[in-house]
Amino acid sequence: MAEGRPQKKRKLRGEALTIVPLYLFTLVFVAGPLVYMVVLSFLTRAETWGVVGEFTLENYADIFQPVYLQTFWESIKLAVISTVLIAAIGYPFGYFMAKLPPKWKKRAMLLLMIPFWTSSLIRLYGWIVIFRANGVLDTALMGLHITSEPLKLLYTYPAVVVGMVYALLPFMIFSVYSSAEKLDFSLVEAARDLGASPLRAFFTVSFKLTLPGLLSGVVLTFVPSMGLFFIADILGGNKVVLVGNLIQEQLLKTHNWPFAAALSVALLLLTTLILFLYRKVSGVKDLEGLV
Amino acid sequence: MKNRTKLPNVYLGVVLALMYVPILLVIVYSFNESKISSVWGGFSLKWYQELFRDRDMFKALGNTLILGVASSFAAGAIGTLGAYGMSKVNFRSKGAVEYLSTLPIMVPEIILGMVFMAFFSLLGIPFGMGTLILAHTAFCIPYVFMLVKARLVGMDKSLAEAALDLGASPARVFFDITLPLTMPAIASGMLLAFAMSIDDVIISIFVTGVDVNTMPIKIYTQLKTGVTPEINALCTLLFLASLLLCGLAAWLGGGQKKKRKDDTP
Repeated sequence: MAEGRPQKKRKLRGEALTIVPLYLFTLVFVAGPLVYMVVLSFLTRAETWGVVGEFTLENYADIFQPVYLQTFWESIKLAVISTVLIAAIGYPFGYFMAKLPPKWKKRAMLLLMIPFWTSSLIRLYGWIVIFRANGVLDTALMGLHITSEPLKLLYTYPAVVVGMVYALLPFMIFSVYSSAEKLDFSLVEAARDLGASPLRAFFTVSFKLTLPGLLSGVVLTFVPSMGLFFIADILGGNKVVLVGNLIQEQLLKTHNWPFAAALSVALLLLTTLILFLYRKVSGVKDLEGLV
Repeated sequence: MKNRTKLPNVYLGVVLALMYVPILLVIVYSFNESKISSVWGGFSLKWYQELFRDRDMFKALGNTLILGVASSFAAGAIGTLGAYGMSKVNFRSKGAVEYLSTLPIMVPEIILGMVFMAFFSLLGIPFGMGTLILAHTAFCIPYVFMLVKARLVGMDKSLAEAALDLGASPARVFFDITLPLTMPAIASGMLLAFAMSIDDVIISIFVTGVDVNTMPIKIYTQLKTGVTPEINALCTLLFLASLLLCGLAAWLGGGQKKKRKDDTP
């Protein structure tokens, strides 16, 4: 890569110039596009293709049309449902994992990493195989005489929820785990020795101390789950429309870029709000488990 | 802290097993003679044969690898130099740029895809491999940057100082001391970046050109439109590749802890 080698040495030490590529790249290819997105969201859509440089607030007004508000609402609902399920499954997992003996901890970690490193599309495809009409699940359930006819779960809401939970669960587990690993279990024992019931000891000591991990897990699952349009696309057919699907459609099919930009700004604001709330509640600056 | 019951371990086992079910099914069905996935028609390698005859698939694979290597190396260079520089200087803009440069993993991918698409077309850059590499580099930098930064913070500074005292130039210190010591972090970061790049669908869909296909884009379109059993075979091979990557990462990670990659899968 282009690497600004120091030619002139004023007060700046040569070493300081190593940040130049990062500064340049970040300004041009991160700040630039984001600023342009905000600008674009206030511009007018051209009749056929492209954008006219006329200021308008219409794109934002459009978001408040019932159809689109509904989409936002559905996205938030799905994100909440998925996040709650992920927390319910992932929290105990991360917590129990932290209590494993070191050797088993390593093994469990490796077993977690493998699906995590596997392409999300492969894992999604596995669910198609399971869910599709007369697929693995139907065959198994009918074989066991639990159901008498195919459930046809593919292209339904539950299928999308399963896909979301499956895709995002590792983030919750890693967050909770990194928090629970730091937990001093002798504190729990002390509480037990002083007569607290197991439940009480858990809630007054362990849960409180692993709360940061749980909260950052919530953020790390909630935020992406609003934008993962391809899960809704593949497992939900076109029955489940999320903000992500809407943005994609506006960009690639309707070619209404300003409106897509306005939707993105709205989604970004929502995300920022969640991160802000997270910081307020937890008092932590960085997300737990982030590197 | 002895477990009173075996229940927690059972729970861990069950959840882990469930995680592997979809993957294992794909592998099993890749050897299925029958075209209908729920029917077992006997063991066969015919989908693999078909896959190897598919020239488009090979082109997509080539593109994916070029893209992954180019963007992880670009991100490796920019991220490492940046993290190193950041540890040396104290500008007022430092915090802001640090925040901005890690932003791509905090922002939902769909938004990144949208802004890159709009921005590239504003600049008039033709869509294709170039735009793919630029966009992927942007979202890969944070992984390298954060890992290297964490490593630099935890490093013993006296080594570099000793070398400087003994008369080594800053450049020499960087190449002889700092770089070798941060190498595990750089490698982990780049590997993570590579894994993210070759798996990315969302951003790629927006910034690719009409005639450039990557593997994930191809699989995605197939999953949406209609699946041929060939995909089973492809997914199995990709899974083996990711096992390899994962092993490499675990081996690199060795002593130092590497917990997660962020972002949507």
